[in-house]
Parts: sequence; structure tokens; C-alpha cells
Amino acid sequence: MSSPMVSIRSLSKSYRRGSQIIPVLEEISFDIAEGEFLALMGPSGSGKSTLLNLIAGIDQADSGSILVNGVDLTRLDDSSLARWRAGQVGFIFQFYNLIPVLTAFENVELPLLLTSMSRRKRHEHVATALSVVGLADRMEHRPSELSGGQQQRVAIARAIVTDPSLLVADEPTGDLDRVSAEEILQLMEQLNRSFNKTIIMVTHDPRAAERARRLLHLEKGLLLSPAQEAGGPGPAL
Amino acid sequence: MFVFKLLFRNLFRHKLRTLLTVAGIAVAILSFGLLQTVVAAWYAGADASSATRLISRNAISLVFSLPIAYKERIRQLDGVKGVSYANWFGGVYITEKNFFPNFAIEPASYLAMYPEFILDETELRAFVHDRKGCVAGRKLAERHGWKIGDAVTLKGTIFPGTWEFTLRGIYRGKQPSTDEGQFFFHWNYLNESIRKQMPRRSDQVGIFLIEVAHPTLAAPVAQAVDTLFKNSLAETLTETEKAFQLSFIAMTEAIVVAIRIVSYLVIVIIMAVAANTMAMTARERIGEYAVFKAMGFGWWHICGMVFGESLLIALTGCLLGIALTFPVAAAFAAKLDQFFPVFLVEHGTIWLDLLLSLLVGTVAGIFPAWRAVRIRVADGLRRIG
Repeated sequence: MSSPMVSIRSLSKSYRRGSQIIPVLEEISFDIAEGEFLALMGPSGSGKSTLLNLIAGIDQADSGSILVNGVDLTRLDDSSLARWRAGQVGFIFQFYNLIPVLTAFENVELPLLLTSMSRRKRHEHVATALSVVGLADRMEHRPSELSGGQQQRVAIARAIVTDPSLLVADEPTGDLDRVSAEEILQLMEQLNRSFNKTIIMVTHDPRAAERARRLLHLEKGLLLSPAQEAGGPGPAL
Repeated sequence: MFVFKLLFRNLFRHKLRTLLTVAGIAVAILSFGLLQTVVAAWYAGADASSATRLISRNAISLVFSLPIAYKERIRQLDGVKGVSYANWFGGVYITEKNFFPNFAIEPASYLAMYPEFILDETELRAFVHDRKGCVAGRKLAERHGWKIGDAVTLKGTIFPGTWEFTLRGIYRGKQPSTDEGQFFFHWNYLNESIRKQMPRRSDQVGIFLIEVAHPTLAAPVAQAVDTLFKNSLAETLTETEKAFQLSFIAMTEAIVVAIRIVSYLVIVIIMAVAANTMAMTARERIGEYAVFKAMGFGWWHICGMVFGESLLIALTGCLLGIALTFPVAAAFAAKLDQFFPVFLVEHGTIWLDLLLSLLVGTVAGIFPAWRAVRIRVADGLRRIG
């Protein structure tokens, strides 16, 4: 059996508010296989976004380990993490987080500026990414000239343009109407199935979670076992 | 290329704010440039002085005169190439508002010692041969609309009476920094008139001008002159022309220092304004910087964005300020040429403008860049929405 793409062991994280220490994640352990589409669900404050941030390398754990493709993120310093993120992770945010002064094309081109790719090659990649998300005809539009759904598709194009192995999405449909949300979920499904992208998605929306191939529930910083999810007693995963 | 595109577009995200900051920097640079030019104008006389010219005056005070008889004794000293003399006349043209420096001189020797005053050969001859003749600088003649042959009347303040002259020449400056606002007439004319009215004040000069063969002779010749007249009724104080000019500036040193301080205060104030603009900008864009960081951009990229924008604003304002400095300085010069006959924006001022705007841009960017770099990606992303 091949080793998992993401392997999390005894991961803990807490925040400090004044003298008070608030635990957010406690002794979390689980694996994610390559090509999985995982949904993380749970009530507000359950720690799902924190867990996503830790897997994406934009936050630091207190203890435990996070191995992504064999690299232990907890051992990397800030610069190494930045380099790692540039090559390995694509981000999809709830509020799209596009740069308002740049066109759709330029927004998608941004992550490629960190590579040694030639201008011509960069433009080819951007055009391909925008075609994949169905926005080849909106390249020169600025974010303010696009609908929410279109902006999120630009954000997805930006996330996939460097061809990362891992896509992390934090409430990707949280700011969209039902139709646009459905389009985004279809697109993510397509990326997962057709391009074998490993996707970890945090969501509140059960309809969005249904599109994932695997579902994990977090509550008060703990992963719930399937039995607990069903309402009965059982060991945590 | 992409970076510049991003910087330029970011610059115009808040057009009014950027415009006001650029305008503020432009006004600050303009003010700084003008104040520095005022200071330079103050020193114009000293800067234009020659290292081979010495000035000898009464050791007690410039108010007291020296006997004309000293001239030949000075001439005989080793190292002396030429001697001339002059009297500050202090005459008023029509009203006191029309102030300009006017001197009684010995034409041939004095003008020979000042090659920076360019006078047409015929005009020089006419001036030398006309006892009541006078010569004025180009700017002075233009200011009062004088032409060659015009009668010019001065009211004496130190030497009472009405003094009539005929304009025989208009000199031009060899350099743009040469004072073209002076007025010269014959010392003999003054002396003969005084001899009739106040015989005790005749045959006296205000200063002797001594030309030495080489700048290295300035100190020994000055010492020799002062030694020569030691223990006489009118002891001398001889110094270089520059030192003589600087002694006048020293009297108003406090004003010059105040102007200098104000000029730098203007820069400090605009630095605070620019820093405030950049702080607001960075605060608004913390989320964006977090997105950049999430994508893998490093702290140096974030610093580049903040400092790039800050420097772009500062340099745009600076260039605008420099462009405005020249016409405004020209307008100033036209309006105040009787007080500042040489009012030129120096190259050094422009370089200082550029240097200070770089400093403003850098200082204004330090705190916002520090904040942008320090923000944790997860915290920055939380601020969006």
C-alpha cells in the first residue's frame, strides 16, 4: 500500500488570549491519500480552519507532525514554508482574495512569478488554467467586473496554475449564491476526478460536503469517530 | 515589469489620497528648494569672491575710514599685484525702497580687479573719462529702465546732498552667479565734493582692495599690511574677500540658521504625512499581503511592494516639486532682486531634494513594511471579509 499524501500525527494547537490558553486542536491524527477529496465539517470554533491552515503551511503547530509528500511542515522555517507553499499548495478562499487592481489573467499569473518560467510559458499556463475554469473570455476583466462565482473561478485558476499536488479550500462556496456554489463544487469535483488533485475543503454547507469523497467532523478541537458522528459512543479516530 | 504595473495600479487605488500626498511632497520639496536657495543667495557674495583678492579696512570698525595715502605703501609690499579702493556710498534712488549697493570706486584699478564684471570697451572708456559717470549692473538698469546716457540722481545718506551721475556703462556678469545689481561711480567725484563741504572727511576710503599674485600669498600679504600700519592712527584689518563677506553674513547668522532649520522641518513634517499615508495603505492591504504570503511570496517581496509604492509617491512628488522650483525661484528672483541679486537654484539643492525624497520614501515605508512582514498569514486572512 502506498504511503498517504498527508499524514498528521498527534497535532495540537492552542491560542493564547492574555494569560488564558485556549486549545483549538488536541492530539489530532489522520491520513489523506493522494487524489482524495476531503471535507472538514464542524461548528464554528471547532478548529477546522486552523487544521486547514496547518496542513497548508500557513500556521505553526504547538506539537505533533504534519507530513505532506514526506515533508514535515513542523520542521520548516518561514522561508522554507513559503517556498514549499509556492510549489505544493493552491489556495481557494471564501472571499476569493483576488488582487483588485489586477485583471483575471494577471491574478492567475501571480504564483507563476515565483517560478523561473519564461513569460511566454507563463502566459500559456495562465490561458490553460483560465480555460479549465471556463473563463477564457474574461481574461482582461478586473475582479470588480466579474460576478462572485466568476471571481471564485479565477481564484481556482490561480490555485491550480502552478499545478500543485494539494488544493486547500476554506468555505469556497460560503459567499456564493446556490447556482454559483453548485458550479464551483462541480469544478472542484472535476479537478479532483479529471486532474487527480487532492482537495481538502472546510465547509459549513452539508450540500458542499456531499460532493467530497470523504468527510471528517471536528468538534471542540477533536476529530469525531463515525460512531460519534452517528450520535453513539465510540473511540476517536 | 509586472511589479511596476502592480505598483502603479496600487498607487491609483485611492486617487485623492495619493494626489494629496504627492502634492504635499511637491510643496515640501518646493519650499525646501526655495529656502535652500535663499540660504545660497545669502552666501552668493562669499561664494563669488576671489581667493586672490584681499580687503583691508579700519581695524576698529568698517564705519571708520582709512587714509588714501595707504594705497602706495600697500602697493610696495611683496606679493601685491594691484591695489584699488572703494567707499560705501549708501545713496538712495528716489525712495529708500529702491535699495541697491552703490560704491565710489577708482574705475580703472577697481574694474581691472573684477574681471567677472564685463563692460564694453567703449562704455569703460566713457566711464573712466567722465568724472560724473557711473556704471550699473544689467539687472539694476533693467529694474529702473535706465539706458546709457540717462541721468541718475542719488540722495546721499552718509554723504549728504544730491548727487547727479550720467550712466556710462551697463556691466554684465561673467557667471550667472555674478551680482548684476551694483552701482559704481568715481571716488574722485565724491572726494572733491567732500573736500569742499567737509574737508576733514576728504582723502579717506572705506576699504582697500588688494590683489595678490597667488592665493597662497593671501595670508602673508594680509599680515604684512596689518603689520605695516600697526600703531598708526588707523590700524588695518586685512582679510580675504571671502572672510570679509562672511563677516557680514555672521551678523545675520541666526536668520540663516532659522531658515535652514525651517527647511528641514518641512521635510520632517512631510515625512510624517507620507508615513501616515503608507500606514493607512498597508493597514488596508494587510489581507492582500497575507494572500501574497500564502502563495509563497517572501518578506522581501512584501517589503518591495510597500517601499516601492512609498518611494514612487515620494519621487513623483519630488520631481513635481523640482519642476515647480525653477519657475517659482525665477518669479522670486524677479520680485526680490534688490535683496537677492543672485537667486539661483543650485545643482546641489536638486541633489539634496532627490536625496531627501528618497529618505522620505524610505522612512515612510519602514513601519508599514514592518507590519506587513510581521503579520501571520492566518491572522491576515482572517481580516478579509
